[in-house]
Amino acid sequence: MRKVTHRLFWIWDFEKEEKWLNQMAERGLALVSVSLFCYEFENCAPGEYQVCMEFLENDRLQNEQYINFLEDTGIQHVGTFHRWAYFRKKTADGTFRLFSDYTSRIQYLTRLIRFIALIGGFNLYVGCYNLFLYLCQEPHSPISLLGIINCLLSALCAGVIFWLLQKRKRLQADGQIFE
Amino acid sequence: MQNQALTEAVYYILLSLIRPMHGYGIMQNVEQLSGGRVKLAAGTLYGALNTLLEKGWITALSEENGSRKKEYQITCQGKEMLRCEIIRLTELIENGVRILEELK
Repeated sequence: MRKVTHRLFWIWDFEKEEKWLNQMAERGLALVSVSLFCYEFENCAPGEYQVCMEFLENDRLQNEQYINFLEDTGIQHVGTFHRWAYFRKKTADGTFRLFSDYTSRIQYLTRLIRFIALIGGFNLYVGCYNLFLYLCQEPHSPISLLGIINCLLSALCAGVIFWLLQKRKRLQADGQIFE
Repeated sequence: MQNQALTEAVYYILLSLIRPMHGYGIMQNVEQLSGGRVKLAAGTLYGALNTLLEKGWITALSEENGSRKKEYQITCQGKEMLRCEIIRLTELIENGVRILEELK
């Protein structure tokens, strides 16, 4: 029996999203399909599965090989939505995580930081351009005020990047002592 | 002779690939060799294998028909890296045991 749930998660809430998906799995609902703000679950034993998400590289061939490799190790690929890949694995096989050392975790955070920097930069550009238009045009075009939303979004991105950079810094510090 | 330390994961991956092995086999072998202490995650292993391939320390074996799982094996260069690493580790152990012994 399948259950479809709609839920909004922003890109930067990926940790929250993964936590929620694992809470659903604890309750006996395993993720089976993903699309925009839409999650499909199937019934399973409570805690039978664990879910992990990964933001993939921008290389389709590489990603295909990566997913094939993961599947060979018993990880199920639930689906991918805009470079966000969803995986699940049986709890009986052990704790499920995709990365186990500092190098790969730091590399992953860098990948995320770059992507969010791109979004933030783009929004900042569009926002400033629009506000500039608003200030320079006579009569003022109210639509250009939407540039404020772009600027707010880019500020939000900056906040997320700061948080990710802090995380990465902690990993780098620990990585100097431990592996 | 290389004097750079290998990470624990890479050391055990190279050791595992003395015989041809596929990804999941490496994960299980390393866990067994380390008595359950080292559990390689698939994403980490994938990255490490690619880096080792680039460096020429391991090679990918051509897939047999029917078997989709790619197998890997250590190269001569990889074996040389392992030998150097074992020499390095031996030096570390000998110094550690000796100096801690002197405390008594």
